[in-house]
Amino acid sequence: MDEYVLIMRHEDGAKVASAEQMQEWMKQTMDWIGGIAAQNKFVSGTGLPFDNARVVSSKKVVTNGPFGDIKETIGGFITVRAASVEEAVEFAKGCPVLQGEGNTMEVRRIAKNDGVH
Amino acid sequence: MTHQELIPHLFRTEFSKITAVLCKLFGADHIEAAEDIASETFMLAIETWTYNKIPENPTGWLYAVAKNKAKNHLTRQHIFTDKVKPNLTPSEVTTAEIDIDLSDQNIADSQLQMLFAICHPIIPVESQIGLALRILCGFGIDEIANAFLTNKETINKRLFRAREKLRIEKIPIAFPGESEINNRIDAVLTTLYLLFNEGYYSESKEAVVQEELCREAMRLCRLLIGSPQTNTPPVNALMALMCFHASRLKARKGQNGELVLYQNQDETLWNQELITSGAIYLKEASQGARVSKYHFEASIAYWHTIKEDSKEKWENILQLYNQLLQLDYSPIAALNRTYALAKVNGKEAAIIEAEKLKLIDNHFYFMLLGELYKGIDNTKAKAHLERALALAKTSTDQQTIQRSIDLLK
Repeated sequence: MDEYVLIMRHEDGAKVASAEQMQEWMKQTMDWIGGIAAQNKFVSGTGLPFDNARVVSSKKVVTNGPFGDIKETIGGFITVRAASVEEAVEFAKGCPVLQGEGNTMEVRRIAKNDGVH
Repeated sequence: MTHQELIPHLFRTEFSKITAVLCKLFGADHIEAAEDIASETFMLAIETWTYNKIPENPTGWLYAVAKNKAKNHLTRQHIFTDKVKPNLTPSEVTTAEIDIDLSDQNIADSQLQMLFAICHPIIPVESQIGLALRILCGFGIDEIANAFLTNKETINKRLFRAREKLRIEKIPIAFPGESEINNRIDAVLTTLYLLFNEGYYSESKEAVVQEELCREAMRLCRLLIGSPQTNTPPVNALMALMCFHASRLKARKGQNGELVLYQNQDETLWNQELITSGAIYLKEASQGARVSKYHFEASIAYWHTIKEDSKEKWENILQLYNQLLQLDYSPIAALNRTYALAKVNGKEAAIIEAEKLKLIDNHFYFMLLGELYKGIDNTKAKAHLERALALAKTSTDQQTIQRSIDLLK
C-alpha cells in the first residue's frame, strides 16, 4: 500500500471567511479526516495557517504571506494510505475545501521508500 | 470477624504486599520463592488461628512470620551473602543483619517497581496480566483461570514462562531510568487498560470476579498516581477513563447477569462518586502538553456520564473519536465514531461512511449496520443483524443481537 499526500489548494487565499464559516469548515474537515482515519488509512496531516506566513524568492527577498503575484495558496495537507491513486482520489473528493469554487485538491504519491526515488 | 472471614480479607490486601517486598528483596531470580513464602505464611495463619485465638494484630503477625520465613530462605539459599549484602552500605549491614522492610513506603515502592518489571515489553501482554494478577493483586491460579475463561494448567504454564523470562533476561525490579520512564509507563498503562477491560468486558458469569479485576486495575493505577515519578497526565487520563466506566458496572448487569445496553440502563444506578472522581482525574490529566489516547477515551467516557442526548454531546463525542482515530486506530473506535456520526448527521450519512469500513469479520460491524438501517430499510437491517448473529461468539452477544432481531418483527 502506497502513501499519498492530498494537498488542499485555495484559489484565492486572500479571501476572508467569517469566524462561523471557518468553524464550520474546520468541523467538516475534522469529520472528513475522521472518516479516513476510521478506515485506518490516515497517516498524518496538518493545516497551514496563513498568519505569519512568509515567501522567500530566488533573490532571497522575503515577503509576508503566501500571496504575491499569485493568489493561489496551500491551506493544508494530509497523508493517507491507499491501494491506488484512484482510492486516494476518492478520499480527496470528500474534502470540504472543494466546496469553494476554484479550489482544488492535488493528489501526489509519496516517493519515500518506494525503492526508486 | 471470625478467622474464616478474616483470612480471605487479609489475603486480598496483604499477600501482594508481602510478595512484592520479598520479590524486590530477592530479585527476579526468586519470584516463585517470594510467592511461596507469602502462601506458606497464610497457610500457617489458617492452621494457627483455627485452633488458637486470632492475634491482636493479625497483619503484624503475618509480617513477622513472613519475615522469619524470608530470613530462613535467605540463609538457606545464601542469597543474602551473595546477593543482598554486597549491595548494602556497611552501616546497613551492621545495624540490621537482615532487615525486611514491610513499612508502607517500602511496600508501595516495591509494588510499583514490581509493576514495572512485570510490564516489561519483553513479556507477552497476556502473561503480564497474569503475573500482575498473581503477584500484585494476590489472585489465586483458579481465579485467574476463571477470569481468562481457561484452565489452571494454562495459567500455570503461562506464569512459569513469564517468571523464566524475567529471570533469564535479568529484568531489574527497579524504577526505569529518567530517559525511558515515559515509554515504560506507556507499557504499564497498556497492561492496566487491558486488565480493566478484561474485567469490564469479561464473559465470566461471575460478576464478583469482573468487578475485582476492574478494582485492581484502578488500585494499581492509583499506585502510579501516588508516586511523583509516575504521576503523569496519561496516567491520570487512564484513571479518569476507568472511573467513568466503572461508574456503570452495577447498571450494566441485569438480574440474571445479562448485559444491559447503555441506552437501557437505569442511570440512578450509576455511581456518582466515581463520576466525580473521574472528572477530578481528567482535570489533573489536562495539565501537560502531551495528549494520549486515554485523554480522548476518558473525554468520550465523560460525555457518556450524561445520559440525556443533545446535539452538543454527540458533536463532542464525534470530534473526540475523529481525534482518537488519527492517533490510534481500532475497529471498535471506528464503529463508535460512525454511531456518533449518525447521531449528529443522521443515519443516511452514517450508512455511507459505515459501508466504507468493511469490517466484515466483526459482528459489531453488522450490528451497527443493522442499527443504522432500522427504520430506513428493515429488510436490510434484519439481514445485517442475522449476519452479526452468525459471527457472534459469546452467548451474551448472541442474546443481544437476537433481541434486536425480535424487535424488528
